[in-house]
Amino acid sequence: MTMEMVIFGLSWLLIGIGSVFVVIGAVGIVRMPDVFTRLHAASLIETLGGGALLLGLMLQAGFTLVTLKLAMILLLFVFTAPVATHAVAQAALHQEVMPKLASDRRPHQAGGKSPEAR
Amino acid sequence: MRTVSLGIVLFLFWLTLSGHYTNFLLSVGVGCVVLCLLLVHRMGLIDSEGHPIAMLPRTLTYYPWLAWEIVKSSLGVAKIILSPSLPISPTMTLIKARQKTSVGIATFGNCITLTPGTLTTGVADDEVTVHALTRDGANDIQAGRLNQRVAKFEGSA
Repeated sequence: MTMEMVIFGLSWLLIGIGSVFVVIGAVGIVRMPDVFTRLHAASLIETLGGGALLLGLMLQAGFTLVTLKLAMILLLFVFTAPVATHAVAQAALHQEVMPKLASDRRPHQAGGKSPEAR
Repeated sequence: MRTVSLGIVLFLFWLTLSGHYTNFLLSVGVGCVVLCLLLVHRMGLIDSEGHPIAMLPRTLTYYPWLAWEIVKSSLGVAKIILSPSLPISPTMTLIKARQKTSVGIATFGNCITLTPGTLTTGVADDEVTVHALTRDGANDIQAGRLNQRVAKFEGSA
């Protein structure tokens, strides 16, 4: 009985944390100034937001096949989320959308892509 | 050896998604797995890159570490988003990856992108271009703690 209560409470705590982080990430997407910084806010949603929500749902489901399927979804997230983020960043760079930087520590390329070399 | 292990993984995947354990559906599952293995074998995709079983035991310690890193950096990014002055200082850096195989470098890139606050924007040979949300984030990546940990996960350090 008490064990059930603990798991129930923990599951709702995780679902709550996940929801809060999804909202914070959404606020971040609105507040950030350019594509690349917005991607940082979006990665907050897909890692801690989605992860905590899925863990909470797993605790709700208990030792069933549903939990295994949820774990599979989490694994899919871990592998696809960074690839999608990387694809968006690459697409932006290909369109020559340059990130607004406070400092650039890359050595300047020979192609003259950096604003100083042009 | 690698083919058998891939077959076992595929069949477990079938069992998880199906949830019906009648003789007919199980034999259909076996048929599908064999068909997939034949196709993948013909395409020559079963190698250390397509199915890296050697890394499997090390995932047990790598994933909990990665989860903890994600939680730590998520809290940092959430704090930045919620503070009224939005204290960001976007920085781009170039890092030399210490991993030797392409699987290792891909894992390092994914690890950087997965932790909020840092983002891989490009990979050329063993040089990874990283966009960090703050100067501190860039310093942390350049210090090479993640780099070392992923190299250990890959098995080269």
